[in-house]
Amino acid sequence: MNTHTKSDGHSTHSLGDRLFHGISGFAAIGVLLVLGAIIVMLYTGSRPAFEKFGFFNFLSTAEWNPVTEIFGGLSPLVGTLVSSAIAIIIGLPVSFGIALFITEMAPPWLKRPVGTAIELLAAIPSIIYGMWGLFVFAPFFATKIQPVLTDTLGGLPLIGPMFHGPPLGISVFTAGIILAIMIIPFIASVMRDVFDTVPAELRESAFGMGSTTWEVVWNVVLPMTKVGVMGGVMLGLGRALGETMAVTFVIGNAHDLHLSLFMPGNTIASTIANEFTEADGELYTASLIALGLILFIITFIVLALSKIMLMRMAVKQEGRSA
Amino acid sequence: MDIYTRRRTINIINLTASVLTTLFGLFFLSWLLWVLFQQGFSHFDWNLLTLDTPGPGNETGGLRNAIVGSLMLTGVGVLIGAPVGVLAGTYLAEFGRYATISHAVRFINDVLLSAPSIVIGVFVYEIMVIPMGNFSGWSGAVALSIIVIPVVVRTTEDMMRLVPDSMREAAAALGAPQWKIITSVVLKAALNGIITGILLAVARIAGETAPLLFTALNNQFFSLNMDGPMANLPVMIFNFAMGPYDNWHDLAWAGSLLITLTVLMLNILTRFFLRPKR
Repeated sequence: MNTHTKSDGHSTHSLGDRLFHGISGFAAIGVLLVLGAIIVMLYTGSRPAFEKFGFFNFLSTAEWNPVTEIFGGLSPLVGTLVSSAIAIIIGLPVSFGIALFITEMAPPWLKRPVGTAIELLAAIPSIIYGMWGLFVFAPFFATKIQPVLTDTLGGLPLIGPMFHGPPLGISVFTAGIILAIMIIPFIASVMRDVFDTVPAELRESAFGMGSTTWEVVWNVVLPMTKVGVMGGVMLGLGRALGETMAVTFVIGNAHDLHLSLFMPGNTIASTIANEFTEADGELYTASLIALGLILFIITFIVLALSKIMLMRMAVKQEGRSA
Repeated sequence: MDIYTRRRTINIINLTASVLTTLFGLFFLSWLLWVLFQQGFSHFDWNLLTLDTPGPGNETGGLRNAIVGSLMLTGVGVLIGAPVGVLAGTYLAEFGRYATISHAVRFINDVLLSAPSIVIGVFVYEIMVIPMGNFSGWSGAVALSIIVIPVVVRTTEDMMRLVPDSMREAAAALGAPQWKIITSVVLKAALNGIITGILLAVARIAGETAPLLFTALNNQFFSLNMDGPMANLPVMIFNFAMGPYDNWHDLAWAGSLLITLTVLMLNILTRFFLRPKR
């Protein structure tokens, strides 16, 4: 170290390098540690609940009674899945339409402004959606949209009863619609990106054979990009499942299971948001953390699937361009 | 109807539907912003900045404590999260670009990017609020920093990778060690992009409510003490919007508009930062 050879300079360099390498590498591993710590803490925090009720019993019990200290997560779990399903059923076609408009129909000068405006929907914080949903959208929905839905869809066999209910505006369905609006920008922007990866030659050859714009999209663009499109939908689903504030405002936070979508309900996230600070007693808190663990596992799986699909899409893309 | 008319009709119907869905999206954006500006602006006055949040039955009040609290929580959250994010992003882009662990970090990072923020609140409650024995500004800031990290990691890596390798090689040919290449060549070239990422992270946490509900909690009074519960705009909006008083609702609208204006401004700012590169 104290010789005046080249190795002296080299070794100080490598000291700086090793230090920087180590610190930045530690920060990178920190990302993994955060995930690991979240899972460990949720697991240890929820253990009293799982020990008392059992994992599957906890998931299949609808009763949620802080007084008798019996907690079951079925109602929030169902509420989470149903509200997210509504969000996807509404959000998927709308996102597809928007992506189609931006990639295939809009004149070049319009693409950017429309794309930006749709992305702004994602930038608005969820608490704002909640305020607007509670004070503006829910009353509007109850008086204007809900009667129409009851008169039309309410008459259908099987799904008919789902569309009957009191005109409260505070319901699982309202939450689903607001979730749909919130996830549209995510799904639409993934779709737009993957649609843009389809080579112009393919589009042009289909047009050259006399295809209409719709046929090009449906028979050429969509089949080529379906993995990416699925990835986008999964991303939207992952977002919808974990969304908290917007849902908490409009879903009514009732621990009930109803066939009607127009009745108040709850989701895992809204239950935690509403009750966590008020939860007294170890079992109550542990049950809420258990719900959090379940939510985290579900969203993790959905988001991981989304990521894998988008990665496969990217690999396919590289293979093609090479 | 012959097949050509049929195909053309299907085309026209579906393309019309596509235009309608776009209008549907734009309609909700304008509806939301319209309501927000209408409700928010009518309650904008100096009291917002000079008075603290009113208690039940109190007619006059403002948002001073909530605004200051939000600024502090966001500021500290970014100060904790951004350096970690930039360092991790640097590792992914430079030292460990092809390392096995980097693939895992990228994957997990992208999942964390969309992970439910309420769960992060529960996590921080367990690791900080319980051991410390009370709700605190610090735990709120840590919860926000966990949301900042994935955003910054992602943009830092992307932006550093945009720097051409020939620039790194040119610096290496002059005898610069790697840390010097990174700090004075790559980082400099990617700085605009990295700042953009940090601004996006600020925009992301400016309105985050769920992770603050049981970490920073809320505080009716003005407080600069990060060791105690801290007022902040998002939780204030939640409590006041759910509350029974009209003047609470008015303040919640005004707070909502403040947050939205901040977020929209940050978004425009990031676009401005990225513009010269294209």
